[in-house]
Amino acid sequence: MPERVPAPAVPADGVWDAVVVGAGPAGSAAALELARAGRSVLLIERGPFPGAKNVYGGVVYGRILDELIPRWWDEVPVQRWVTRRSTMVMTPTQAFTVDFRTQAWGQPPYNGMTTYRADFDAWLAGHAVEAGAVLVTSTVVTGLLRDERGRVTGVRTDRDDGDIRARVVIACDGVNSFLAKEAGLLPQTDAHHLTLGVKETLALPREVIEERFAITGTEGLDIEILGCTRGIPGGGFLYTNLDTVSVGVVVALTGLAKAKVRPEELIADLKAHPAIAPYLRGAELKEYAAHLIPEGGYRTMPRLAIDGMLVAGDAAAMCLAAGIWLEGVNFAIGSGMYAGRAAAEALRRRDTSASGLAGYRRLLEDSFVLADHKRLQRAPDLVLSERVQKQYPGMVCDLVQEVFTVTNPVPKRGMSRLLRDTARRHGVRLRDLARDGLAGLRVFG
Amino acid sequence: MSTTITRPYPDISFDDRMATVEFRVSPRPHITVETEVCRSCTTKACVTACPANLFVPTNDGGILFNYEQCFECGTCYQICNEAGAITWTYPDGGHGVVLRHG
Ligand SMILES: Cc1cc2nc3c(=O)[nH]c(=O)nc-3n(C[C@H](O)[C@H](O)[C@H](O)COP(=O)(O)OP(=O)(O)OC[C@H]3O[C@@H](n4cnc5c(N)ncnc54)[C@H](O)[C@@H]3O)c2cc1C
Ligand code: SF4
Ligand code: SF4
Repeated sequence: MPERVPAPAVPADGVWDAVVVGAGPAGSAAALELARAGRSVLLIERGPFPGAKNVYGGVVYGRILDELIPRWWDEVPVQRWVTRRSTMVMTPTQAFTVDFRTQAWGQPPYNGMTTYRADFDAWLAGHAVEAGAVLVTSTVVTGLLRDERGRVTGVRTDRDDGDIRARVVIACDGVNSFLAKEAGLLPQTDAHHLTLGVKETLALPREVIEERFAITGTEGLDIEILGCTRGIPGGGFLYTNLDTVSVGVVVALTGLAKAKVRPEELIADLKAHPAIAPYLRGAELKEYAAHLIPEGGYRTMPRLAIDGMLVAGDAAAMCLAAGIWLEGVNFAIGSGMYAGRAAAEALRRRDTSASGLAGYRRLLEDSFVLADHKRLQRAPDLVLSERVQKQYPGMVCDLVQEVFTVTNPVPKRGMSRLLRDTARRHGVRLRDLARDGLAGLRVFG
Repeated sequence: MSTTITRPYPDISFDDRMATVEFRVSPRPHITVETEVCRSCTTKACVTACPANLFVPTNDGGILFNYEQCFECGTCYQICNEAGAITWTYPDGGHGVVLRHG
């Protein structure tokens, strides 16, 4: 039996100001804000420690942390600061890479860092505890407590002392959020808006990583990859840690099921690709992991506040998955932080009904959380579309190959001719290409 | 031009892959599969999609399932083809997968 921490001191009247479910980035940020506002907060995590159940690719974009923890970079458990970012488009035998490097991201206030979730999530939860939140681990929230009017009044747990009452519950229980489902906010299943991420953490000596990826000290590289998933909508990634590399793929659940391909086969393909294999030669598998991602974005978000409850982070589909971006941790921290603030304000005014908690949505709308999601709401459709996934990678690679293939004594062909020919060979009509280009401008512009 | 990738070095076996992951196995199975329901399933989508490869088709058209090395990801219940085939919960507190490099 894993050890359970002793039952926390319950507030005198037996009712917590707030119960936060899930000590991921969303939950810890929410608990931290509530504790700072002087509220009694119980933060419940089902894993034996925060982060034990959590998986991501590997980069946390830290700007939102500025609002929570001043000079967080002096203490955060970082692996590497991302100073090099590559976007790779590939076919089984080709790869076209756009590579960017800036030394600016290697200094305060930094941009992105690689870190393990077991370290990062535990670190952020530690801040919530330091501020006065009570963390209980190894405890599953199994359901909601509701009064006769349907208002959420607490949670049910699998501890012996079972039920916990609270003035407000913040559901930060991640992508499968059974709390949001129980409250009728999310459908029981929604495979169309979910992707599966599988990843391997591979050990390599630190110097080898620095040489192979052309980085120095604590600099890091992150590569996003398109065209490596056998036509299943999705993409791949490679991130450098201090002495490991994370490699993985993210694929649409329905596409994966239909293709009847095993997920680890897709990682094996990627690792064997001529553009990737030399990076990983001799690397030893340290850990294999899998997790779902809510990729539906803005249009699949649930209602965010009901009587007595708020929903934040992946539980509210707030992960931003828009092709060149996969940002969930920062959106979880942001939404959790605003949920905590809105809950603290509602508690101060003694009104934790849905309307009392409505400040949450306003805070999100005034911030990057909903602003970015609104602006990029069509991105998932475009990025996961048939042409972008199946035709463009090959077309782009062939086009670049033709441009750089010296055809002497045959004279060079003009660019527009090359484009026309390559497009035709890949079954892409120029009209669709133009339309997707415009759509791209509208979606990302 | 060849369109398939030749693997430059062998990938590790699936058992070795799973051996890199820590599982604190609970006595209570957190997921159960009704093999009778699976018999009428035409997709058997779980068999290939489960990243832990826990769904094994049996000769009589059913499914043999073992919950012990499960990532608790949710893929199976999300893509399952037949209502009532899978009962899915989280393992009891503190049990199940424990990741160090996630
Ligand atoms: C393969 C992959 C790659 C990704 N890459 C990136 C990336 O590079 N950068 C990035 O920013 N984001 C990335 N993401 C997205 C990111 O991981 C998520 O958006 C983020 O973790 C969401 O945080 P959260 O706090 O909302 O949920 P989670 O991190 O999922 O936390 C939820 C917590 O709640 C706990 N919990 C759940 N149910 C219960 C319950 N009933 N009782 C008690 N506790 C419970 C869980 O154990 C967990 O600790 C990636 C995701 C995946 C899967
Ligand atoms: S998809 Fe569902 S019904 Fe079909 S075999 Fe798998 S578990 Fe059974
Ligand atoms: S939850 Fe994930 S790992 Fe576990 S059985 Fe289902 S698909 Fe497999």
